[in-house]
Amino acid sequence: MIRADKLTFDYERLDEEGKVESVKRAVDHVSLDIKAGEFIAILGHNGSGKSTLAKHMNAILVPTEGTLWVDGMDTKEEDKLWDIRQDTGMVFQNPDNQIIGTVVEEDVGFGPENLGVPTDEIWKRVEESLSAVGMLKYRHHSPNKLSGGQKQRVAIAGVMAMHPRCIVLDEPTAMLDPNGRRSVIRTAQKLNREERITVILITHYMEEVIEADCIFVMDAGKVVMQGTPREIFSRVEELKRLRLDVPQATLLAYELQKKGIPLPDGILSNEELVDELCRLKLKM
Amino acid sequence: MIRDITLGQYYPAKSLIHQLDPRVKLVTTMIYVVSLFVAKGALGYVVATIFLVMVIRMSKVPFGYMTKGLKAIIMLLMITVIFNLFLIDGDIVLWRFGFLRITDKGLKTAVFMAIRLIYLIIGSSVMTLTTTPNDLTDGLEKLLGPLKKIHVPVHEISMMMSIALRFIPILLEETDKIMKAQIARGADFESGNLIRKAKAMVPLLVPLFISAFRRANDLAMAMEARCYRGGDGRTKMKPLHYESRDKMAYGVVWGYLLLMILFGRVIYNYISFI
Amino acid sequence: MSIKIKNVNYTYAEGTAYEMHALKDINLEIPDGQFVGLIGHTGSGKSTLVQHLNGLIHATGGRIYFNGRDIYGENFSMKELRSKVGLVFQYPEHQLFEIDVLTDVSFGPKNLGFPEAEEKAKEALRMVGMGEEYYRRSPFELSGGQKRRVAIAGVLAMEPQMLILDEPTAGLDPKGRDEILDQISRLQKERGISVVLVSHSMEDVARYVDRIIVMNQGQVRFDGTPKEVFRHFRELEKIGLAAPQVTYLMQELKEKGADVDTDVTTVEEAADAIESWLKK
Repeated sequence: MIRADKLTFDYERLDEEGKVESVKRAVDHVSLDIKAGEFIAILGHNGSGKSTLAKHMNAILVPTEGTLWVDGMDTKEEDKLWDIRQDTGMVFQNPDNQIIGTVVEEDVGFGPENLGVPTDEIWKRVEESLSAVGMLKYRHHSPNKLSGGQKQRVAIAGVMAMHPRCIVLDEPTAMLDPNGRRSVIRTAQKLNREERITVILITHYMEEVIEADCIFVMDAGKVVMQGTPREIFSRVEELKRLRLDVPQATLLAYELQKKGIPLPDGILSNEELVDELCRLKLKM
Repeated sequence: MIRDITLGQYYPAKSLIHQLDPRVKLVTTMIYVVSLFVAKGALGYVVATIFLVMVIRMSKVPFGYMTKGLKAIIMLLMITVIFNLFLIDGDIVLWRFGFLRITDKGLKTAVFMAIRLIYLIIGSSVMTLTTTPNDLTDGLEKLLGPLKKIHVPVHEISMMMSIALRFIPILLEETDKIMKAQIARGADFESGNLIRKAKAMVPLLVPLFISAFRRANDLAMAMEARCYRGGDGRTKMKPLHYESRDKMAYGVVWGYLLLMILFGRVIYNYISFI
Repeated sequence: MSIKIKNVNYTYAEGTAYEMHALKDINLEIPDGQFVGLIGHTGSGKSTLVQHLNGLIHATGGRIYFNGRDIYGENFSMKELRSKVGLVFQYPEHQLFEIDVLTDVSFGPKNLGFPEAEEKAKEALRMVGMGEEYYRRSPFELSGGQKRRVAIAGVLAMEPQMLILDEPTAGLDPKGRDEILDQISRLQKERGISVVLVSHSMEDVARYVDRIIVMNQGQVRFDGTPKEVFRHFRELEKIGLAAPQVTYLMQELKEKGADVDTDVTTVEEAADAIESWLKK
């Protein structure tokens, strides 16, 4: 679905005369291969390059060096630009700054309008995507009156109405409260499961990525860790060095290990830890 | 909280006037304004009054809302009336005090000017009260469509208007928040002379501009990500097309203009000719 | 330095269609030197409440006493109150405006007419871990976490006796979040000031504060130590909140028949409780 080969991106800072003053490397030789239907998470602290990488996936940015293919289309080819953007939708961090319409349903219709979809078909798509994110009953509301989580779900619906095969969510929950966060993540998971949409979730909330198929951890523009949640969260010390965290259950298991209690690595949830502890107690 | 306030002055109701195509309402308002300047003599104004009252009754908007717009032009109204009243020369002097005098012609012009201005404001209020800002933008885009041929960026203008409509409440709320935050840091926006007050605005305006630019940047990116590439090749989710009621409304409006010309000009001239 | 809130009510846009009863009969006292966590879901009234504490919003009913003096009294100076009760809004970095970091942080103390405004600013920057090398940098060139710390320093420079922070860690990465909370906690202990931390994260609140106030629909629902409040986790869930993850873990262990102490709110406590249970 998405394949990157030694993707590198430099931000150039221009001085007043328009000459390159300094170059900052935001993404540094990243290679990855994401298969259709997967739920992928990209973790990394602020400034690790994860958002810059995400913006390559629907050709908002094009690589300085290396290549990125979306469904076999090279993002450098300009005549494929709109196909790529239709194919991978993008949801951004700030819910206020990505809703264009003054009524929910009109906002969801914005993408299909741009694609030149016939009117009747637009209405059908708007209805389908609003109900897929559970926001159909708010269709006539003004976006200004919705909560942060609801706005993000409208933004997801806006992308879904373009019938993409992949959605990139760039820190969609960073500005939300816990309830809003949960509703957005559940929506993404549901679309992945039921509609077979490839989801790429960029975040620094560890609880949100436990169910991902694969996690990439970024630091200084490079992919420094890659694996299943269990593999990644077994490396508590390393994650902490990368300014990241682990779920509380994982952290607790790690603390218990340090006290000499023989627990396995990579415990992800309360249930797992409780089961392991009960088993241990029986053996004693 | 500021976000709750609806922009413009749309009054939600279910009426025939509300349901009309925004283009019909825009054209009608223009015709009405023209008709007010066509009219000469009382007869024309009687027709204009009857038409306005009919439309207001049909719109189901309380009359109080119609006159709200008048408050804004009360000064202009007074000045117009006073100038016309005292400065126009006529045949019969009705009242005289020193160099000030009121003539029959002056009085007549003053009254008609006042009526014209008041009707003009009420007439356009009927339009804004019965049409959402969004519909107005859509209507304007479609009406001005032919101007695209002479390279007027009609679609871009209307897109800008509707984005402004969405972001003004957000920016108002932001202004309120930044102001409070600076007050919490001891800023004072109220006391002092004009220069001090202007200087005190810097801590408010700089963050506000930065925020507006950041939002504009974000929004442009979000629009591009959703394949926005200008007006060409775009379809509409809610395209405007005329229903039979719209065609009828056009008929009524043109009929009204004919009546106005008939009563306000032809008959008027005929009477004064006699 | 204490704040006492007596029967405070606040109705927004009274008498219009937008009327909303945002605070209902609030009674609270925040004594000197306490670290308080204020939790509640969005719209529960917690932001409205904290804006009352430094006079940005005027209550529509009730009284607020600052060190025993009525802040709505005739001779009370709101400017003085605002210097004593520092309020850091959500995303405070959006209020930065000066040409360099030091000038921006000096804005508050200068407004208050402090003679050594710049010294106070330097002291505040030191407290948030921003060294001399940043003094002459433009605040807009800094990273997100650094901007946040400069903005907090802007309030600290006014040397408040009470510091209120509205979600100071929103949008930061885990390390950035821990750094800011550690700094606030250290500051609270060193200076002995009281701190009110408005937060959505139960895990953070449980780790740092002495006392939790839970707001719901404009009213105070719970008020007590973290242990006392999180004992009510079922009621908290009903109003859209939750307890820290470890509290649930201990409950699940208990339900499986383990004889463990469930009064646990942090990872360290949980580790100790489980260890002693396993060794029983």
